[in-house]
Amino acid sequence: MATSREIITSRVARFFKPGDVVNLGIGMPELVGNYIADGVLLHTENGLLGYGPRPGPGQESDDFVGAGKQYVTVVKGAACFDSATSFAIVRGGHLAATVLGALQVDEKGNLANWTMPGKLVGMGGAMDLVTGARKVIVCSEHTTKDGSPKILKNCNLPLTGAGVVDVIVTELCILDVTEDGLVVREIAPGITPQDLQAKTEATLTFPDDMAIMDVSPQAAAQCAG
Amino acid sequence: MVNKLFRRDEIIKKFADGQRIMIGGFATKGVPDTLIDALVESGVKNLTVISNDSGDPDVGQGKLVRSRQAVKYVCSHVGMNPEAGALGISGEMDVELCPQGTLAERIRCGGAGLGGVLTKTGVGTVMEKSARKLELDGESYLLATPLRADIALVKAKKADTFGNLLYHGTSRNFNPLVAMAADLVIVEAEEIVPVGTIDPDYVMTPGVFVHMILAKDGE
Repeated sequence: MATSREIITSRVARFFKPGDVVNLGIGMPELVGNYIADGVLLHTENGLLGYGPRPGPGQESDDFVGAGKQYVTVVKGAACFDSATSFAIVRGGHLAATVLGALQVDEKGNLANWTMPGKLVGMGGAMDLVTGARKVIVCSEHTTKDGSPKILKNCNLPLTGAGVVDVIVTELCILDVTEDGLVVREIAPGITPQDLQAKTEATLTFPDDMAIMDVSPQAAAQCAG
Repeated sequence: MVNKLFRRDEIIKKFADGQRIMIGGFATKGVPDTLIDALVESGVKNLTVISNDSGDPDVGQGKLVRSRQAVKYVCSHVGMNPEAGALGISGEMDVELCPQGTLAERIRCGGAGLGGVLTKTGVGTVMEKSARKLELDGESYLLATPLRADIALVKAKKADTFGNLLYHGTSRNFNPLVAMAADLVIVEAEEIVPVGTIDPDYVMTPGVFVHMILAKDGE
């Protein structure tokens, strides 16, 4: 049985094709990197386009890290640059997509993922990423740890971006954000529309061509392969 | 050619209470740790620090948080330093948050003689409370105003004695930006080489921006 995180991140990876330039946010989105196809270039906002998996023991360098401080390798054709150039890539529309986690996301495509009451953390590059990437993919467990909905009619936490989200991928479904609200593109096997709606505050639309989501461990493994 | 090598004690004399200090680096990497140690040793107070983040607790820029020398911090996040977050919430340190790409452009503007740039980042968010919103050709933008500092602390991989700089890998980050945006720019480099040994085509920060380079022992 694949875990929720494996289901979500392996499915997100299948959105990308060779040649796409993608930025993966810190946390669960980083795991998408385990499944992406050869030829997808990963961008990290601290100044590297074309990073790969963690190097082997003894090969780590403090001069090659991701935005989450994790050690990375570089792929052939990689480039390093300063932070202004890095965000020119982000805001200038040169990223095919960014993948980010969510505290809350709503049916208008609003995303809240940078702060909550009583916390002082900061937005880092998230506001730039949701503004500039050509596609914003939210990857998140469908509900909070206590089972409350995260996919809402209206976010009530401070926004990272307004009307910026294109796709939401959870362990239960894939949702397209449209002008008419959230449309269920895929649903996990064994989940009924009623089940899914019950775990979601936003109103969902279930189109006739809704597909069954492939959540098998094999699917995740094939992605990685 | 001017020789910009200085001893540590000569550099420490440049620090003073109330200064605005810009620091290169990103999440404890590419950080001028030796110069930060010198700033801590100087004991100067009431500093405003401008940097991407506040390092880790008592690591990198986090040393200026631990020492309480930083009374104001301008950055994109304090997420790896809970001590900075706690001081910000209690009000002991004033934390001004700015989206990372906007912060980079504000520093670049400060160094490039520009009055600001317009960005769509932050439109529709709380950033509208702290930045002017402008409409241009039907699009909404926030005005990112320039940032400058009294002193910038820069970490380079290699410097020649005139201050031409090379950086390595992801340790470049904010370093070339802060190197343009302060009245006094101080560099620490892993390697210092004679003028003329760096190919001009590969210089990342031209020496014109640099005023002082921390000499290696014995130089």
